[in-house]
Amino acid sequence: MISLHDLTKIFPGGVRALDGIDLTVADGEFFALLGPSGCGKTTLLRTIAGLETPTSGKISINDTDVTALPPGNRDLAMVFQDYAIFPHMDVTTNIAYPLRIKKVPRAQRTAKAAEVAARLSLTELLHRRPAELSGGQQQRVALARAIACHPAAFLFDEPLSNLDARLRLEARTFLKRLQRELAVTTVFVTHDQAEALALADRIAVMSHGRMVQVGTPTEIFHRPATTFVASFIGSTPMNLLPARLAGAALHVAGATLPAPAGLTPADHLTYGVRPEYMDLSLTERPDAFPGVISVLENLGTHTLVTLETPGTLIQLVVPEGDEPPIGTPAWAVPRRALIYRDQTLHTP
Amino acid sequence: MSGDAAGLGKGRATAFVLPALVLITVFLIFPALWTIYLGLTDYRLTGLSAANPRIVGLDNYTGALGDPRFRTSLWLTLLYVGGSAIVGQAGLGFALAWILRSRTGAVSRLVEGVVLLSWILPSTVVGFLWFALLDRDDGTLNALLHTPGFAWLLDHPLLSIIVFNVWRGTAFSMMLYSAALENVPPSHLETARLADAGVPQQLRDVVFPRIRRHVLTNLLLISLWTFNDFTPFVLTGGGPEGRSEILPVYVYRVALRDGELGVGAAISFLILLINLVFALAYLRLLRGRNGRREIAAAGGPHT
Amino acid sequence: MIRHTLGRLTATVFLALVLAFFTLPMLWLASAPFDDTPRITTSVPEFTLNNFAAILDNPYALGSIRNSLIQGGGAAVLVVVLAALAAYALSRVRVPGRDVLLYLLLLLSSVVTGTAAMVPVFELATRLDLIDTHLGVILVVSGGLLPAAIFILKDFMDETPTTYEESARVFGATPLQIMRHIVVPLVRPGLATIAVWALASVWGGFLFQFILLRDPEKAPGSVILYTLYTEGGAPRLDLISTFSLLYSLPVVAMYLFVSQRYGFRFHGGIKA
Repeated sequence: MISLHDLTKIFPGGVRALDGIDLTVADGEFFALLGPSGCGKTTLLRTIAGLETPTSGKISINDTDVTALPPGNRDLAMVFQDYAIFPHMDVTTNIAYPLRIKKVPRAQRTAKAAEVAARLSLTELLHRRPAELSGGQQQRVALARAIACHPAAFLFDEPLSNLDARLRLEARTFLKRLQRELAVTTVFVTHDQAEALALADRIAVMSHGRMVQVGTPTEIFHRPATTFVASFIGSTPMNLLPARLAGAALHVAGATLPAPAGLTPADHLTYGVRPEYMDLSLTERPDAFPGVISVLENLGTHTLVTLETPGTLIQLVVPEGDEPPIGTPAWAVPRRALIYRDQTLHTP
Repeated sequence: MSGDAAGLGKGRATAFVLPALVLITVFLIFPALWTIYLGLTDYRLTGLSAANPRIVGLDNYTGALGDPRFRTSLWLTLLYVGGSAIVGQAGLGFALAWILRSRTGAVSRLVEGVVLLSWILPSTVVGFLWFALLDRDDGTLNALLHTPGFAWLLDHPLLSIIVFNVWRGTAFSMMLYSAALENVPPSHLETARLADAGVPQQLRDVVFPRIRRHVLTNLLLISLWTFNDFTPFVLTGGGPEGRSEILPVYVYRVALRDGELGVGAAISFLILLINLVFALAYLRLLRGRNGRREIAAAGGPHT
Repeated sequence: MIRHTLGRLTATVFLALVLAFFTLPMLWLASAPFDDTPRITTSVPEFTLNNFAAILDNPYALGSIRNSLIQGGGAAVLVVVLAALAAYALSRVRVPGRDVLLYLLLLLSSVVTGTAAMVPVFELATRLDLIDTHLGVILVVSGGLLPAAIFILKDFMDETPTTYEESARVFGATPLQIMRHIVVPLVRPGLATIAVWALASVWGGFLFQFILLRDPEKAPGSVILYTLYTEGGAPRLDLISTFSLLYSLPVVAMYLFVSQRYGFRFHGGIKA
């Protein structure tokens, strides 16, 4: 279990990279830190590892306060974005390196390295140098090295970002299965929302050194707490349309919709609807956004349709083959929508 | 670059730097300070002032600055540095690095080897080699050019030592520029070539902006080294009539041959000040355009 | 296409000229030692090995090469070890004014190692009882070489990604273990380059060795070379050329060894 209490990191020069982070990662949990670059997620991971010293706050691992401990005494293993496999050592020596530091006898650590390597299908490569390995193999060596030292928790910094797209999917599945089998608490950093959704048990979405929302992938996908999270999560971004409340009616992009219960006026009302949660109608409907189809993007099994409506663009997804030609007048019918009052999710 | 990746901490970092710093302080900074002190005295190699030097204030400095021979020597040194280091070593070194960059054959390796060899050979040996090459009566060069009796070292002393120093020192610039050229992405050069840019345009638009810092650092190092190079003494002894008497040789003559150690020390200090001006000029150029942006990038936090 | 061929041709001619320019002065070293009656002119020798026998008869010749090995090797080891430690710390820990300090030291080293500080260095060595000792020469020349060595090595260290060290650190390695296991192997080409550079500088050095050593038994080859004159003051070309050749071989051999094994280069170039 990793718990962070009021963790703050201010860099020399005054950049507030972490701003009062409170978080508990449960035993065996696969936890993602997600956010755009510069949001503080890597700083947070490095602070947990002990590579950065927090300005204030507390870090505990399995109920031991490690805030003042050097990285080597925290019982953690970290996999870096560039893997940091030592180029002058072969695969065996690399995997056995943590054990060498722990003064495990040579024969024992070679055996352990072989055992871990077998588990990650690296046995054939044990005598190779890192330069002779592919990106995917290097990533597995880095994982093997982390596993070999039996840590209390794993920290992964963008573990998949250096792999090409096809390999990344394969490695993602592999990583998830491995984590489930080992059942070791794991915190990883990513800027890729799809990766976070696919891998993590829980996700923390970060922005400007703060945690904007912490929840399961389903919670975060279905009910993004703010418009920032809403725009960040989802492979096609959510439509965020300015709305106006008039009595019991909501005016959004040329349509008049019934306002949800308990909605009161605010400076900024935003109507959010995912492209996947809309249907396309070719006949006029009162509860739909009218527009003209202007762009079609083929997504394979689906097509992303861009509808030009008065004053804004709306995107929606239709099954392949259902897309009308460009220039057709059409109506987008929302099925499931969220309302944001001043960027924050409205809950009735 | 991250701060303190290995977790040294200030204490251990100091312990790592300290041994080198102690050695430098005792055998470099201390003699330098001593030299500055000597420059204010009438210390001599022999005679009464050898035992009891007197403080004479700035007399040595005003004397040296007023001495036409000092000013001639300074001018000769500037010619020597400009000709042999900045034009010769840096120019030839870059040309070699550029040409050898894309070649892997035996010839290019031979060229590289010979250039490096001239840098590796012991200075004292090199002195004799060039003596044998340029000798008036029996020199190899005169035998080759069928110009018997042509006294290269007497008729063209400055040119001789400039050519000598180019021969001696080009290897450093060549190696440094070869390493620097590897920082130029091939795609940039290909883009320039696709735009039908000739070699001069490629160098100006693609290569130099990329290796500007390397070029300036190299120029600074070789200028400093050449400015304080005593080796030409082996060839010409500063002569004839002081026509190749660059500043280090001038100091040697004043301090050891004429025995005026105080004056020699004062001139040494003047040399240090001139070098400081050199270094500051380079640093200004270095900081000039990119400096601030690079500092900002280096100081930023991790993401 | 024509421009390309023309460029390549120009480059080849240029390389040939460079090759000639750099080889010419060395020819004498290849011919004179084997010549029965060497003159200053490079010529096809009347082949003999007598010169080598003659130089071996000189009481100081072989010993001087051993002295050069002690002094050059000692200085190279000292410079590499101290410069590596200092460069590493300076590269990884932020010290205010670090760059200015390095530049100042570099400046000082190039000026002071010349003739300027001869007298203070001699007096200092006398007071520290270092006259006529190998240690004296080693310390004095190392002091002069260190700033440039730190400057060049720091660049190697700066170019090495810090994640290797951080990774080792998370596994619990101490700073000295990180230095031994990770940093030294990674910058080995740089250390080798500095070692050769330091050895070569000391090997050819004359001034300080001449001042600090009175006893010809301790003198290095670069000093002994200047004693190979006849009583009338004329250079003994047979001995000088032969000894020059012998004296050059160890540094060249070391250079070849190091460049084969580690590569002799400035990693990313010196960046400042």
